[in-house]
Amino acid sequence: MPNYETVIIFSPLLAEDDVKREISKFTKMVTDAGSTIVEERTWGLRQLAFPIQGKSNGIYYIMEFAGPTTVISKLELEYKRDENILRFLTVKLDKYGMDYNDRRRKGLVGKKKETKDEKELNNIPAEAQA
Amino acid sequence: MKKNSTTYQPKPKRRTMGGGNKEIKYLTAPKIVKRQKKYCRFKKSGIKYIDYKETEFLMKFVNEQGKLLPRRLTGNSLKYQRKVAEAIKRARQLALLPYVADLLK
Repeated sequence: MPNYETVIIFSPLLAEDDVKREISKFTKMVTDAGSTIVEERTWGLRQLAFPIQGKSNGIYYIMEFAGPTTVISKLELEYKRDENILRFLTVKLDKYGMDYNDRRRKGLVGKKKETKDEKELNNIPAEAQA
Repeated sequence: MKKNSTTYQPKPKRRTMGGGNKEIKYLTAPKIVKRQKKYCRFKKSGIKYIDYKETEFLMKFVNEQGKLLPRRLTGNSLKYQRKVAEAIKRARQLALLPYVADLLK
């Protein structure tokens, strides 16, 4: 079962409870189809780079899940039917993408060199103390 | 005098008009700066996946109008240029990056 990542932009006019309800609707769809949700994230209200349907803001929601391929078409159909959704994107993650997301969850993503430097910086005082 | 011998002989040094100068002299010293060779930053730092949600990073591969920069300028290898292009196009779909812009940077 491949991992998928889906991003939804909800209309900014939705109340928080409505957003939660919408999200739970989709998560239920995903889990009912026998897939497991790996991660859920909400970016909240965010400025759009260009107006969509006359709206300059949107509520971003990101979900990563591992599941059968058949869910995707159902999910996307549901997205299209939903009037509160401005835009959506579903992406299949390759092995590098999955690895990247794993590392991001552990907080390892970002400047590799800096982390190395930090390690060195952390090592030096330890040696000095010893 | 013509040289017809088969053995190699160095060419006689051409005489300049000013006479006997071996080196070319410039009025202002020419700057000989070796241009740094471009490299693929993904290959160099071992980045395998380009996240389409990282807007700030993707901005490096886009010009002021929000257009994709060519490989000629970024130095990316073909493999990663393709991935960058894909990531930027995904970001545009999600309104994270603009399709058209003015004074992006």
